[in-house]
Amino acid sequence: MINFEYARARDVSDAVRQVAANPTAKFIAGGTNIVDLMKANVERPSLLIDVTRLPLTRVNGAGGALRVGALVPNSDLAYHPEVQQRYPLVASAVLAGASQQLRNMASTGGNLVQRTRCAYFYDVATPCNKRAPGTGCSAINGLNRMHAILGTSDACIATHPSDMAVALLALDAKVHVTGPSGDRVIPIAEFHRLPGDTPQQDTNLQHGELITAIELPPEEFSKNYSYLKVRDRLSYAFALVSVAAALDLDGDRIHVARLAVGGVAHKPWRDTAVEDSLRGQRADRAVFTRAADLLLRDAKGFGHNTFKIGLAHRAIVRTLTQAANATPQSQSNKKIQ
Amino acid sequence: MAMTDVTLRPADRVATPQKISISLLLNGAAAQLEVAPWTTLLDALRDQLKLTGTKKGCDHGQCGACTVLVDGRRVNSCLTLAVMKDGAEVTTIEGLAKNGQLHPLQQAFIDHDAFQCGYCTPGQICSAAGLMAEGKARTDDEIRELMSGNICRCGAYPNILAAIKQAMNGDRS
Repeated sequence: MINFEYARARDVSDAVRQVAANPTAKFIAGGTNIVDLMKANVERPSLLIDVTRLPLTRVNGAGGALRVGALVPNSDLAYHPEVQQRYPLVASAVLAGASQQLRNMASTGGNLVQRTRCAYFYDVATPCNKRAPGTGCSAINGLNRMHAILGTSDACIATHPSDMAVALLALDAKVHVTGPSGDRVIPIAEFHRLPGDTPQQDTNLQHGELITAIELPPEEFSKNYSYLKVRDRLSYAFALVSVAAALDLDGDRIHVARLAVGGVAHKPWRDTAVEDSLRGQRADRAVFTRAADLLLRDAKGFGHNTFKIGLAHRAIVRTLTQAANATPQSQSNKKIQ
Repeated sequence: MAMTDVTLRPADRVATPQKISISLLLNGAAAQLEVAPWTTLLDALRDQLKLTGTKKGCDHGQCGACTVLVDGRRVNSCLTLAVMKDGAEVTTIEGLAKNGQLHPLQQAFIDHDAFQCGYCTPGQICSAAGLMAEGKARTDDEIRELMSGNICRCGAYPNILAAIKQAMNGDRS
C-alpha cells in the first residue's frame, strides 16, 4: 500500500471541504473496497478523510419514506426491523452480497461507490480504460466471463458489483449528497453511469461530494418481491446475474412492475419500457418471458460471457414468478423454487 | 501485451512515516501504540502487539482468517486501518478464553475436530463468536450462509458446523 496522510472529519462540511480542496484526497468509511484497492495500487490517494465518526448512522422515517444514514453498516441495514418489514427486497439484496464480516464494516453510502471487480481493473500490469484512461480495455478480447452484456462501450465492459444498488434502483431510492456547493438529491437511476468513453467515472458524484443518506420512497412492495442472485458458488461471490423484482398486483393482473438486473452492465440495469409493457398484463410465464425478451433485446456477449444472455433471461422470468407468487428467494436456503 | 505506464505519480513517493498514537481495549486490557495511517489492524496486532493468533490469509477480505471482534462485531482486520479504530474494543482469539477456561467455541472445535491444518481456525472461531452474538442464525443453512466469509481449504466445514451448533446449544456432544 502506498503511504498517505490521514485525518478525521469533524463534521460533514469539514469532510467535504478537506476532500474538495485536494484532488487526490478521498473519503473513507467502511474501507472494505478502498483499502483493498490501495493494496492493489489501483487507488492511490494522498489523503484519506475518515468520515466514520460523523453522525450519519440513523435510520428514520420521514413522510412515509425511510431515510437511511450513509454510515449505517450493511448488516444493520439488512436487519433493521423497518427495512425487513417494509423493504424486504432491500434486506434480501444486502444479505445476498459479501460476507457478514464485510457487511458489518461496509457502509450504505460506500456500497454505492464501490468499484468494479473486473480482474483487469485490479491488475495494474494490464491496460484498463477505467483505471488508466486511454490504455485500452483488456476484457473485451480477454477473460470476460464476469462482464457486461448491456450498455457496454468500446472502452469498457465492466459490471457494477453491488447487490444493494440493484434493489435500490427497483425501488426508486434517492441518494442525498453534500458537496462544496451545497446539498442535492440524486435519483438512484441517475447516480451510476454507463461507461461510454469515460469509464473512469463510475457515478455522477463530483469530487468532494459526500453521500449522507439513502431515501427509500413510500412504495414498499413488501408482499410481491424477490431478489435472485446467480453466482459461481452458493455464497460470498459476485453475481453472474442478479434480478430484483417487485410487483403491485390487482388480482392476477399487474398494476405496477419494477425490475432491475445486476451483473449485466456498468450500472444496475433498469428499463422502464419493460415495466410499462407489463402494466395491465396477467402475471404469468408468457408475459414474463416477453418482458425478458424485451429487456435483453440489445444484449451482446463477448465470448466467455455470452451465456449470461440466456441466464439473465431465465433469471428474470424466475424472479418475476417468485415475486408474483409471493415466494421470495431465500438467501440462506439457496434452492431456487 | 502492452504494459501500462507505471511511472510513479507524486502520491506514490514515500512520505515521511507519520505515526499516530492510538489506544485500544485489547482483550480486556488497555493498549497504546503508534501506527502509520496505512497500518492495518491485522498488521498492528501481529507485528506490533505480537498477537499472532490472528492470521493473514489472503489479505484482501476474501478468506476470513483475519477475523476479529471490534466493539463486539466480527470484521476483517486485514481491511481495517488501525488508526480508524482508536478507542475501540478489540477481541482476538487470544482474548476468548476466560480464567483459564477455553471459550465454549474453542472447546467445541476440539471436541468436533473442526480443523485440519488449523490456519483458518482463529478466524473461524472469532467469526462464530460474532455469529452467536448476532443471534440471526438458527438453521444449519443459516449458519453455513453466515459463516461463508470464512474459507477452510482443508474442507472441515461439516465439523465446523457441528462445533458451532454445540456452542450455540451450550452442550457437549
